[in-house]
Amino acid sequence: MFSLRDKKLANEIVSKIKTLNVNLKFMHVCGTHQDTLVKHGLDVLFKECGIDIGQGPGCPVCVTTPKEIEEMLLFAKKGKIVTTFGDMIQVPGEKDSLQSIKTEGWDVRTVYGIEDAINIAEENKDKDVVFMAVGFETTTPMTASVLLKNPPSNFSILGCHRVIPPALKAILDMGELKLDGIIEPGHVSTIIGSKPYEFISTEYGIPQVIAGFEPIDLLMGVWMLVQQVEHGKARVENEYARVVKEEGNIKAQQVINEVFEPMDVKWRGFPVILRSGLKLRDKFEDYDARKRYEDDFEEIANKEFSEPKGCRCGEVLRGIISSKKCPLFGKKCTPDNPVGPCMVSIEGSCNIEYRYAKKQ
Amino acid sequence: MCLAIPGKIVSIDEKKEHAIIDYGDGTKRNANVSLVDVKVGDYVLVHAGFAIQVLDEKEANETLDLFREMLSYEEEA
Repeated sequence: MFSLRDKKLANEIVSKIKTLNVNLKFMHVCGTHQDTLVKHGLDVLFKECGIDIGQGPGCPVCVTTPKEIEEMLLFAKKGKIVTTFGDMIQVPGEKDSLQSIKTEGWDVRTVYGIEDAINIAEENKDKDVVFMAVGFETTTPMTASVLLKNPPSNFSILGCHRVIPPALKAILDMGELKLDGIIEPGHVSTIIGSKPYEFISTEYGIPQVIAGFEPIDLLMGVWMLVQQVEHGKARVENEYARVVKEEGNIKAQQVINEVFEPMDVKWRGFPVILRSGLKLRDKFEDYDARKRYEDDFEEIANKEFSEPKGCRCGEVLRGIISSKKCPLFGKKCTPDNPVGPCMVSIEGSCNIEYRYAKKQ
Repeated sequence: MCLAIPGKIVSIDEKKEHAIIDYGDGTKRNANVSLVDVKVGDYVLVHAGFAIQVLDEKEANETLDLFREMLSYEEEA
């Protein structure tokens, strides 16, 4: 349907950026963007053009906290059927991962989406089934949509959904990085549209471009950001107009708002970020695993869990260091034996860096 | 996790909740279409078993032309 791998156009964009002789730091927040950047060598190409692009907290599995992992492990060990996405299952907790306790016989199941988890609940009416609901705005409508359709009474979710714009604000407020522009995630934006990012340009003076996932999309997105910088502008532009509408997917937004309300949550590597998480509204509390199984949680309710020793995922997620700067990268920490979630998830920048470096 | 794949709608069930999506490589899968307004023949973007947006074919076809236009426009500016 699309032919977005036009080499001539790609070369044209690169040579135009090169002539501008810039020295800029951009951030994006999406594992799929990082995949395109590294897979096609665009990260290296942009560096040659004077542009450094880092991933930031754009990996839903990576930003889940050690405590959320322990909550899921606890559920499994209390005899519930625990369901979640494949990446999540391998993330190491303090002692175990969901994968490691699965080999001990606990019932942990990988699903492609929440509807698979519902099917498991329907087939196992005598058991409690918990779905670890991870994901940004792209994934949240699926959870909300299913909860609106009276799922079986033995089904509940451990809510770990998070929203992107408050995390961007947190990065800017923390002041550890001086950013010249942000590439916004195409599929999060498919749901939320462009408005929720506007405050970043108006209040912080930072140019933003919503971009797609083909190499040309990212080349064009970066070029559009450079143009804003060059012309002293700061606004939200949309490179991915073939998919992202200014207003987003209103149906999906309505579904989210009907089921969830904002709450303050911690992200891995970050302190608590205001209104960056989502909790179920009161009328859906029967499906809230944290409320429903409050007694099970008592033993860890007030306990804090630390990140794995030596793991620098937190700094990778804040955009302070690149994956290769972590002393564990590729040595003690590999996809087969990951120390932190950024090496586990296919959207984590450590996993992406390792995967493509090994293939070269 | 935010990976989404485009596919073409082959058929839609009576409740207009699920559709069969053809991903063009011989793969056909069921997806939930309750978050979008679609008809058979539309291209949709599918994420975690749900269609999240209808692709704008006209806009897609014009994307490259638009990029070229933007590049030359900036040159003139």
